[in-house]
Amino acid sequence: MERLLLGDNQFFGVNHMSEEKARQQQMQFQDDEAIIAVLEAAYAEGIHSFMCTTHDRMGAIADHFRAHRDEFPEFTVLPGMPYAHKYANAVTTDGMVGAIQKFLPDGGLLDAAVRGTRSMARKEIEGVLTLLVDAEMKMFAGLPTPVVWLQNVVTDLLLGMGFNGAFEVFARHVREKYDAEPGFITMNLPLAVERLNAVGIENPLICSNINKIGFRMSGGIDAYRRLLDENRFRAVAMSVYASGAIPPEEAIEWVCAQPHIEAIVFGASSARNIASTRQLVDRYWPTQAAGADSSGRQTP
Amino acid sequence: MIRVAVVGLGKMGISHLSIARALPGVELAAICDSSGIMLDVLAKYTGLKTYTSLERMLADEPLDAVIVATPTRLHAPMVRAALEAGVAVFCEKPFCLGTDEGEELVALAAEKDLVTQVGYHNRFVGVFAEVKRLLDAGAIGDVTHSLAEAYGPVVLKPQGGTWRSRKSEGGGCLYDYAAHPLNLMNWYLGEPESVGGTVLNSVFSREIDDEVSSTLVYPGNVTTQVSVNWCDESVRKMTTRITLWGTKGRIFADRQELQAYFREDAPELAGYRPGWNVKYTTELTEPVSFYLRGEEYTAQLEHFAQRVADHQVAGTNDFASAVVTDRLIEQMRVDADQPDARVSVEGTPRTPAATHTRKPGLLARLRRH
Repeated sequence: MERLLLGDNQFFGVNHMSEEKARQQQMQFQDDEAIIAVLEAAYAEGIHSFMCTTHDRMGAIADHFRAHRDEFPEFTVLPGMPYAHKYANAVTTDGMVGAIQKFLPDGGLLDAAVRGTRSMARKEIEGVLTLLVDAEMKMFAGLPTPVVWLQNVVTDLLLGMGFNGAFEVFARHVREKYDAEPGFITMNLPLAVERLNAVGIENPLICSNINKIGFRMSGGIDAYRRLLDENRFRAVAMSVYASGAIPPEEAIEWVCAQPHIEAIVFGASSARNIASTRQLVDRYWPTQAAGADSSGRQTP
Repeated sequence: MIRVAVVGLGKMGISHLSIARALPGVELAAICDSSGIMLDVLAKYTGLKTYTSLERMLADEPLDAVIVATPTRLHAPMVRAALEAGVAVFCEKPFCLGTDEGEELVALAAEKDLVTQVGYHNRFVGVFAEVKRLLDAGAIGDVTHSLAEAYGPVVLKPQGGTWRSRKSEGGGCLYDYAAHPLNLMNWYLGEPESVGGTVLNSVFSREIDDEVSSTLVYPGNVTTQVSVNWCDESVRKMTTRITLWGTKGRIFADRQELQAYFREDAPELAGYRPGWNVKYTTELTEPVSFYLRGEEYTAQLEHFAQRVADHQVAGTNDFASAVVTDRLIEQMRVDADQPDARVSVEGTPRTPAATHTRKPGLLARLRRH
């Protein structure tokens, strides 16, 4: 995996600090071309991996990079699913089961169970889960997707409920059907490591907030640091700037000093932002094997 | 360890179930819902004990508390059943459809000496709690005027299907959405003396209101302007915004950001200065033991669980405080149903009586096509 992954919150007005900033970002990125321009700028900086949600607008972005594969041969998508608002809004208007039916390719699948004429077997429930994954993956067909992430709202919902079997179903399906590594985004790293290990997902790939001030690191920053030391999971750090609460240099210096972090996901709205994050990471996170780094970074 | 059950497995019920089961000090003992399929799936995968009848669950399970997250019209009978069984209750908002019912339940809980709470989670949002602290400290002097807003993308086209689109079941923007900023205003400024100029407008819904505007008047002509609309596609998710003007400054808050302006004569407060102050959620939010969708959802259940464990009957968002908001909603509906009481502007034809059941006029229908 490359060491710097570009995230997509900034493109869709997800800003954990300011609603006003979020609105400005929505304006800035309301045309797909604006998103594509930032992705191309990242590519030029050697950042080829795009970690994105399965937002409807991703279809057009994927189309662009599929059509220009020759120009961007290393462009890679690490999709995170589902785009939860899509489902949450559907639940409000159609109810819980109605929402699931709406996103299934074959609406008839749940009918008998919904009518209460019979209960569903485990195999059928798992069939529904994998069909939902397939529906989300459709837009990325033809692009490399080496990692498929489960979004934190779902990972954490399942973690809390103790619905551990779903992790195993997701992991198996992602490996078998997409030849990809299953990844889990969470705000509750200690609980995630424990549960994923418990269902037999060894050395799981987990993306969580890792920042100097402990912002949204549920379970506490000490537990996170202990887990990083123990190296029992593959760590991807997000929210390293804690939504802007930590000055960039201080944030990057701290996160790069933590052990066993494989990659950092960051958000950027311009070529200049991308270059400055890139420079900070180069300074504080020197490549162990110069030139042989999988991120494709140039040796300074 | 307290034993808790969840009743109603819709969006909020599932969220409460997840959080409550992850809380230290809570044993999630059972779940109850009328939908067989949800129970069936959860029973298979989570090992939770399931019930389709609340009465049965209350009879069979030794419980300390229940979380009620059913449609609003079912709150009163279910809460009553739980209280009568001697069980503490956390109930989703809004509390009850009628103030009478709500007051009876307050009395019943008092008689049984039970802990109660309603899910007005905004009181557990760091920024909104900081506003309360600032107001209590007199940071902007005497409040003279305020603005309570909420906007979001809930009803974006003509529709109807679930209980949320039926007025008789507690659907509608006033009950379901405006309740949040109204509850915050009750917290900040108390109970208003009167309401006026309430208009409940349908934008896309057939039966319910999608837009709320109103004026709340507190003693001394202190006012709150209410502006709520859940047909606003321009925002990604619900945004609640409060602005307060006082004799010594002004405060603006949403769930992520506090902007406060203090005059030179405002009282000194640690961490603040005269002029503009900006603070963010990253600074104002206390960490929680488990995170799902926002710290406030966990914080409110941690508060409830702690109160049940310690048997602290007094606490944030008890039933009595939620009845204050129910009563305000009720009075706003009464106000909205009296369009004839409005003062007409001479020479201008009166607009048709605006009610939550009004059909769009011909012109409006043509305009939409």
